[in-house]
Amino acid sequence: MGYLEGFKVTLRKWAGVHTDTGKRLTLEYPEQVRPKPPRFHGRHVLNRYEDGMEKCIGCELCAGVCPARCIYVRGADNPPDDPVSPGERYGYVYEINYLRCIHCDLCVEACPTQAITETKLFEFAFTDRNDAIYTKAELVVDDDGQPRRQPWENWDGGFDPAEDTSGWMRATSPAGDADFEGIVAWANELGYGARAPEQGQRADSGAGTEPGAGAESTEHAHGSGGH
Amino acid sequence: MDPLLSGDIGLAEVLIVVLKVVVAFAALMVGVMLMVWFERKLVADMQNRIGPNRAGPFGLLQTLADGIKLFFKEELTPAEADPVVYRLAPYLSLIPAFLVFTVVPVAGNFSGDNDGVVTLFGHETLMQVADPQIGILLVLAMSSVAVYGIMLAGWSSGSKYPLLGSVRATSQMVSYEAALGLSVATVLLLAGSLSTNLIVDTQAGGRWNLWMTGLVPFVVFLVAGTAELNRPPFDLVEAEQELVGGFHTEYTALRFAMFFLAEFMNTVTMSAIIVTLFFGGPAGPTFGLTGWFPDYVLGFVYFFAKLFVFLFVFVWFRATLPRLRYDQLMDLGWKLLIPLALGWFLIVAAVKVAVDSSWNVAVVVVVAIAGLFLGGALLRLASRSGRAARLEEARSTGETPNQLTGGRS
Repeated sequence: MGYLEGFKVTLRKWAGVHTDTGKRLTLEYPEQVRPKPPRFHGRHVLNRYEDGMEKCIGCELCAGVCPARCIYVRGADNPPDDPVSPGERYGYVYEINYLRCIHCDLCVEACPTQAITETKLFEFAFTDRNDAIYTKAELVVDDDGQPRRQPWENWDGGFDPAEDTSGWMRATSPAGDADFEGIVAWANELGYGARAPEQGQRADSGAGTEPGAGAESTEHAHGSGGH
Repeated sequence: MDPLLSGDIGLAEVLIVVLKVVVAFAALMVGVMLMVWFERKLVADMQNRIGPNRAGPFGLLQTLADGIKLFFKEELTPAEADPVVYRLAPYLSLIPAFLVFTVVPVAGNFSGDNDGVVTLFGHETLMQVADPQIGILLVLAMSSVAVYGIMLAGWSSGSKYPLLGSVRATSQMVSYEAALGLSVATVLLLAGSLSTNLIVDTQAGGRWNLWMTGLVPFVVFLVAGTAELNRPPFDLVEAEQELVGGFHTEYTALRFAMFFLAEFMNTVTMSAIIVTLFFGGPAGPTFGLTGWFPDYVLGFVYFFAKLFVFLFVFVWFRATLPRLRYDQLMDLGWKLLIPLALGWFLIVAAVKVAVDSSWNVAVVVVVAIAGLFLGGALLRLASRSGRAARLEEARSTGETPNQLTGGRS
């Protein structure tokens, strides 16, 4: 009677709810939070250099590469007496529509100055469609290099830069070239200085929280030369 | 017949009937609410999940919260829908579900000559809302009316998926009603009455129809009943993966809630009918006690304990069995359940006649089974030669015979 085997399975699960057989896998979300993976993609921030200058140069490469067309950028010439960014131009308007963003991180890869990176913040529930469009004032980091918290964002447990910054940019160079694995290839950031590189790309090589250990994993485990 | 209504009918009698109706209605509503919670919790336990646990202690109020939410939602009517029928259909589904429960005896003392009669405010009555002489026929009639609710809901939505769902529902429920009716007929043969009270009374003292009818009608009834309820593994009507929500795809808010309520109410009432027909309902040992305790408490405890087993079984089915394919469903209904129920019905009838006329039971059974096999073999021969003739005809006219339908185009 093969038909009845299935009944035994479900009954065992039910009877063994408090044992390993029926161990429940559900996490009770707001109270219990699943740890985010190292390269989790959340909402963006616009970074600044250590001297406070904005990294964005208004080149619109991010807007060009965006498959969801959710980024709107307009560049402008820096005012000579009070420059916003160190170069010639800066991001005058910078908007991301989070009703469209698919968090693919292509903008981060496209960015030549590492101005745009992603955090792991994902718990933002707006009740107004206008709130979904993050303006430059909301995206750019504050004077400590921290993302600005919006009223509709849930930051339970605070914002830990090491834990809540997406690891993608730190894995290799922003362009995703594996040759840069473990090598710092980006500019210093306001509030953090030079960020430590992530340790390798293998799942077992750790999340890259210790900068010193990074040098050992420069061996090209994947050898595929970028993604 | 309810002894309450056998004499003169005054205000007191009317009030008692109204009281019974109100109590049964409230109990059924609360019962359905708990059933939805119980089902979700139990399925979750069987699937390594937690289930609802936010609204109220252990999530008990989840159904209430869902109901309140649905109550305040907007009721949409599709532009293509037939407005009158579209609004009527949920009631056609819900009201029969209520009415079935009226004939279920839920308590009462069935030991000795008590016949389940209890004394309520000085009046003798039965612990069921009504005990019409047509009893179990009302159950079958109401489950047929409920088919209309589903069929009209799907048809009047003016949408493709609901229509497909209701076409499935109609043929499924009509097919399985035959098997359902035949297994009920076997029970009626032994009880000698359609009245649910008498059916329970004949099973008092452990003479449950479960073994008095020889187990087969019960199995047929359980399977056909599950199909009649459109519950998994026979939920082709709703088949989310294929038909979105089936017949109620286009329904929103309170109208959807009515279908949902009717579905779970039918689960409760079908379990109650199974308990009444095969497991002696509220009948059980009373340990020689008399008075209110065996009348109300013990009877209800027996009834509820048996009911609970079947509620569990229905949820267990759902957690375990994958959905049948449509042709498997029809094969099971027409080629297995109906012949089995019919054959068993004839054998039980033959045995009953043999016992009544004091013939040799063993010989009667052997002759009956031999007769059934002979009939089945003849039927098979007829269908085979018919198929062969059709194939031959198709070949002679030069058509390509359709092997699947045996030559039928």
